[in-house]
Amino acid sequence: MKVSFSEEDEHFRTEIAGWLQDNLRGEFEKLRYRGGPGDEHMYPQERQAWEQRLAEGGWTCVGWPQEYGGRACSIEQQVIFFEEYARAGAPGRVGHIGEGLAGPTIIAFGSDEQKAKYLPGIVAGTQLWCQGYSEPGAGSDLANVKTRARFDEARGKWIISGQKVWTSLAHESDYCFLIARTDPDSVAHKGLGFFLVAMDQPGVEVRPIVQITGTSEFNEVFFDEAECDAADIVGAPGDGWKVAMGLLGFERGVSTLGQQMQFQNELDQVVALARENGAAADPVIRQRIAKAHAELKIMRYNAMRMLSGQSGGDGSLQKEALIYKLYWASWHRSLGELAMDVMGPECEILPAAPYELSRLQAMYLFVRADTIYGGTNQIQRNIIAERGLGMPKEPRGNA
Amino acid sequence: MEFAFTQEQEMIRDTAAAFLAEVSGSEDVRAAMATELGYDPELWQRICTQMYWQAIHIPEDCGGMGLGYVEVAATMEQMGRHLLCSPFLATVCMAANALLLAGSDEQKTQWLGALCEGRLTATLACNGGVSDWGADAVRATWRRDGDGFVLDGEYRYVIDGHSADLLVVAAREAGSAGGQGIALFLLPADSPGVSRQWLPTMDQARKQARVQLDGVAVDSGAALGTPGEGWPLLSRVLDLAAIALAAEQVGGSQRLLDMTVEYTAERVQFNRSIASFQAVKHKAADMMLQVEVARSAVYYAACVAQEALEGGPLGAELAEAASVAKSYCSDAYFAVAGDALQLFGGVGFTWEYDVHLYFKRAKSSEHLLGNGAWHRERLAALLLDDAVRADSGEAA
Repeated sequence: MKVSFSEEDEHFRTEIAGWLQDNLRGEFEKLRYRGGPGDEHMYPQERQAWEQRLAEGGWTCVGWPQEYGGRACSIEQQVIFFEEYARAGAPGRVGHIGEGLAGPTIIAFGSDEQKAKYLPGIVAGTQLWCQGYSEPGAGSDLANVKTRARFDEARGKWIISGQKVWTSLAHESDYCFLIARTDPDSVAHKGLGFFLVAMDQPGVEVRPIVQITGTSEFNEVFFDEAECDAADIVGAPGDGWKVAMGLLGFERGVSTLGQQMQFQNELDQVVALARENGAAADPVIRQRIAKAHAELKIMRYNAMRMLSGQSGGDGSLQKEALIYKLYWASWHRSLGELAMDVMGPECEILPAAPYELSRLQAMYLFVRADTIYGGTNQIQRNIIAERGLGMPKEPRGNA
Repeated sequence: MEFAFTQEQEMIRDTAAAFLAEVSGSEDVRAAMATELGYDPELWQRICTQMYWQAIHIPEDCGGMGLGYVEVAATMEQMGRHLLCSPFLATVCMAANALLLAGSDEQKTQWLGALCEGRLTATLACNGGVSDWGADAVRATWRRDGDGFVLDGEYRYVIDGHSADLLVVAAREAGSAGGQGIALFLLPADSPGVSRQWLPTMDQARKQARVQLDGVAVDSGAALGTPGEGWPLLSRVLDLAAIALAAEQVGGSQRLLDMTVEYTAERVQFNRSIASFQAVKHKAADMMLQVEVARSAVYYAACVAQEALEGGPLGAELAEAASVAKSYCSDAYFAVAGDALQLFGGVGFTWEYDVHLYFKRAKSSEHLLGNGAWHRERLAALLLDDAVRADSGEAA
């Protein structure tokens, strides 16, 4: 068991830290600590330009194989990259859905044609992606997808109709990967297909959702006879669930280390505020800050265990990976509450009308999403009990 | 970075688990805890001659096996799981560490050799009877007398203090305060002026004692390190002990979770296993989360502890890693124990079922070496107080 990094890896750390310092300036200076969950609406164009600057330096898709334009970094180096990226305050990645989700799925399950068509745009930071999973009737019960895909022999295309919801960055995206029902008589996870759909076409309409923060980063996306090339289904019709679930595995990857560094930046802000406004003298606040600090440290150790270990032989997640979402989401929600309690009555006062929030205020409100999206805390507990502890499965209602 | 057990470490863990399943069942624990000694001396000798756990992290040139603190933690985890009654925590995770960190060659030869051969048990006495486990807990005093020293004072919460052969005692120079004036001494328990009294405890599987020193004279060779400058040493000894204890807490928590999952699967009410109720599943899921998070904290702290003993750079994190691990594991163990008792229902309240043994251990280990709140306040001081930050070299 070893928790320190090799000399070579520490050299890599110096390299990426130096690059960020040299490039995160000038036109990009204002992007520091911007973007990311809760702040996704800020500077989308500038952040895409930053994405391309990263690509020029060879710092996109660092974990991808070289044959697909990646840097083939080891797990350790990817950890270091994401840590240093967040430590430098570099902006939330507008390309993260393509790099972290769409790309790895295409690499794992896609055709050679799909790889050639889509991967270069992701690596170059020129094409952005969004994810079309959730629907009004398919939230926790994700398999209850109603969006339909019908193959039109005459046009030689898939025709997609239905509604997706909670689609982040949809209004900025060039493509959407989505699951839709290829067999209209099927139910649950059978009869689904996994499609790569262009967003810029008449059959696609994006409507922003105004959130608890007063801002919008999630959207509703309406597909009304939208077209998708015959070659743009990943896997066979009916394989959609398998492909989508394979993708969920990528979501628990190394980028979680970068997320933690972002959490560290937020906690640092709370600590600095407590020292400044005197809350640091309150014994209850001291306990809560220390608890947040300790639990964030352990979040890192838990992720390191997750990345060092082998997954179960059947492809199932290890125990430390199963608990991960519930743990970080609950931690982050508590941090939001702590931030407001450190601010005291000042937490009510906004920087400006009509509803401009400070970073900590926006964080406090936005973290309420963390324990809901990507599997609510309640769904996570079901998964942990059933897959982690082998307890009986929840009974399903009759369709 | 390879934050997982090596094959050899896995083997050590699995061997420990198999051995303890054989020798430390419920009946064995209950028999041992009913005695004043608190453990089966024959079993301890078997451990010392067959398993060599007493020598696990002691260097080979001192007669030990030369393994590391990760192996100590892996073994403690299994001991916690099986509630092994033994002098391991006090002897190996407290007294031996003090000798390893500060013992002269002569002291190491004299004491660690005997310890490795299983001829000696030992413990640490430092707390004068307060809930604070920092420097202020040291109340006993020392004064110079010719070439030697004279020690006076009382200690409480001394693990195996009534039975250990060797006491590592902490005292402060009369009139000193805080981290100043502290010294550690090696004191054979049969020295004139030492009186020891077994204290009955709610957790009967771990014995505690009161130790009284009345004008105890020791010679200059009894001092560990430099008298008066002993607080950093004592602090590190306490941190290493806290990490081992946290590993034991993880093992106990895991066992409670396993027992609960098994019991709720078997227990039928309303014509279904109670494990099928979501209220039960969600409590079990929360238990598992705490167990896994606690485990991550302990394994990291064990790596830090190993470097602290070797003088590696990560050793600088010892105090923080110990407080992170001990605060989380203490709270997790007690929460898991409380939930287990609740999910066992009525039988969890009986003397017959083993839940109460773990429930009691959770509370006793929580308060030993600093509870969650104490360790969090220590972390808070590192983060929030300028004087402490400057002191630790972490000021912004």
